[in-house]
Amino acid sequence: MMAKTLYQKIYQSHVVAPVNGSTDLLFVDRHLIHEVTSPQAFAGLRQAGRTVRRPDLTYATMDHNVSTQLRSIDAAGETSRKQLEALAANCKEFNVPLLDLMHPDQGIVHVIGPELGLTQPGMIIVCGDSHTSTHGAFGAIAFGIGTSEVEHVLATQTLQQQVAKTLKVEITGTLSPFVTPKDVIMAVIGQLGTAGGNGYVAEFCGSAIRGMSMEGRMTLCNMSIEMGAKAGLIAPDEVTFAYLKGKPHAPQAEHWDAAVTYWQSLYSDDDAVFDKTVTIAAENIKPQVTWGTNPEQVIAVDQPIPAPESFSDLIKADAARRALTYMGIEAGQKLTDLKVDVVFIGSCTNSRIEDLRQAAAVVQGKQVASGVRALIVPGSGQVKRQAEAEGLADIFKASGFEWREPGCSMCLGMNDDRVEAGQRCASTSNRNFEGRQGRGARTHLVSPAMAAAAAIAGRFVDISYVERAAGAN
Amino acid sequence: MSQIFAQGLVCPLDKNNVDTDQIIPKQFLTSVSRDGFAQALFYDWRYLADGQPNPDFVLNAPQYQGASILLTRANFGCGSSREHAPWAIQQYGFNVVIAESFADIFFNNSINNGMLLISLSASNIEFLFSRCQQGTQEWKIDLAGQQIILGNNAAVGFQIDPDIKQRLLSGLDFIGVSEQFAPQIRSYEQQRASQQPWLG
Repeated sequence: MMAKTLYQKIYQSHVVAPVNGSTDLLFVDRHLIHEVTSPQAFAGLRQAGRTVRRPDLTYATMDHNVSTQLRSIDAAGETSRKQLEALAANCKEFNVPLLDLMHPDQGIVHVIGPELGLTQPGMIIVCGDSHTSTHGAFGAIAFGIGTSEVEHVLATQTLQQQVAKTLKVEITGTLSPFVTPKDVIMAVIGQLGTAGGNGYVAEFCGSAIRGMSMEGRMTLCNMSIEMGAKAGLIAPDEVTFAYLKGKPHAPQAEHWDAAVTYWQSLYSDDDAVFDKTVTIAAENIKPQVTWGTNPEQVIAVDQPIPAPESFSDLIKADAARRALTYMGIEAGQKLTDLKVDVVFIGSCTNSRIEDLRQAAAVVQGKQVASGVRALIVPGSGQVKRQAEAEGLADIFKASGFEWREPGCSMCLGMNDDRVEAGQRCASTSNRNFEGRQGRGARTHLVSPAMAAAAAIAGRFVDISYVERAAGAN
Repeated sequence: MSQIFAQGLVCPLDKNNVDTDQIIPKQFLTSVSRDGFAQALFYDWRYLADGQPNPDFVLNAPQYQGASILLTRANFGCGSSREHAPWAIQQYGFNVVIAESFADIFFNNSINNGMLLISLSASNIEFLFSRCQQGTQEWKIDLAGQQIILGNNAAVGFQIDPDIKQRLLSGLDFIGVSEQFAPQIRSYEQQRASQQPWLG
């Protein structure tokens, strides 16, 4: 039998029928929906007289434009309220379970799916959101879709797809202290570029990946889309199974052993052939900071901001020139000389309990620098309650951070959490595009520990250097 | 056989990595409608902070008013999965985008709205940009023959997935096509429920 990659195994097990040519109809195990990309899909269903085929495999939450200050659908403005009301009405009409703003488990769709055990190995999971790649951390094929496809999945519980190419990203060795999964994925994107994964499904493997928690793996897969990959994947293992055990929607006792036996078959065969392979030594990865306006414009915190002339590609050089102007920085400057105005710790990339623990360890007993506005936005009601129970919320509040309600918040500024024009933000989110956090906002992507350190110092800090210096004493 | 899918004025947008946050910023995503996004297209580039049109942005140049073919560079449409991006492009009046490459989700979203996205080699894109520098361009897109007709007997051929080409030419309703597989979907569901009952 021909050796297969993990992606190929899952893909083939979901083929309902070939459609024509190279297009297959694939079954969708979980369809997650939210307020922003679903209203037109429900309207389309209604217009065509169709219904939701499998409301039992569909789950909705409110996350993108909710206020993180007040639990009220009125709190983020009139148009947001209408969109949230539309979601509630659509879910009611079509019997789709909804975790609304008042539900204790409400949160960012890519945080709550795993938390509730909805996300499981071997599944195909889709959502009208590009960061659906997050769920690949469990060994599922998970990818973002547009609204027309949301309508297609609602109507048929399937999608028409073609087989993607496969990319193997191997991270060998062990990560240095203070180097996190966020730094790993940013380094990978820096090497491959924002389009390096276009047309591919990326599988992450190697000892550094095996050593990561589920939270870390989710961060890694979350940003696979930032290199253009259709999805990111990690083969499930004992860490995955331990995370899932006991989750409300995970296989219950009578099915648990059978599920685990199946999950253990989900790996790329030793002799499976990938279309492209990249290997990076974990030891070579340092804390990363983006300096420009797309995620491939990234450097280690101890590197100088690059000169546009240093890019051999003229279009990249021109993009660098434009990015430096937008970001208000100059070639050769040190990141550690850049003052920050805002610090945002949150988003589907870095708002899980482990992220908050890392940030709390950095800020404990210290104060946010004067003039810096610092926000912590937990990813879900569960994360928020756990952080409060562990005393993390008290640490943040004592340090001068705002402690918010769950939501997407300042990652994309659809609600009232915005960065003002010209302000510099150290953000644990996933996109440093122009205007992403607010018109004219200057976003630098970092890990939670780096963001926390920037909040305290009022500028970027090389936390690995601080650590080495402390060790030397 | 020649079948003209589209024809019209070309607007050159000389940038790599144009992301969907630039194509349509977040403040326009709270709509529950599929319409009304033409004014939002490239909003932060197209309008100054005071709401006046930015005279330096290519879409505002007098010679490109009424353009229906957008020419750009690599990795167009990267970022968010918002289908509002192709809606805005289409409602503004573009039905064809020519680029070196496209982000996957944006590509699918555009095709699902009946737009044609053409990928060409970097050297062909460069050639087309150089034509635009010589003066405004009016091109015809022959989808069946897979060529961009530049005029004066000049043309550039392009590749397209045969399934996508067929869908664009026939205008098939893709949900309708999948619904024809209802018996197979039912049988897949039954098998799934018996073999992996934990999946729900």
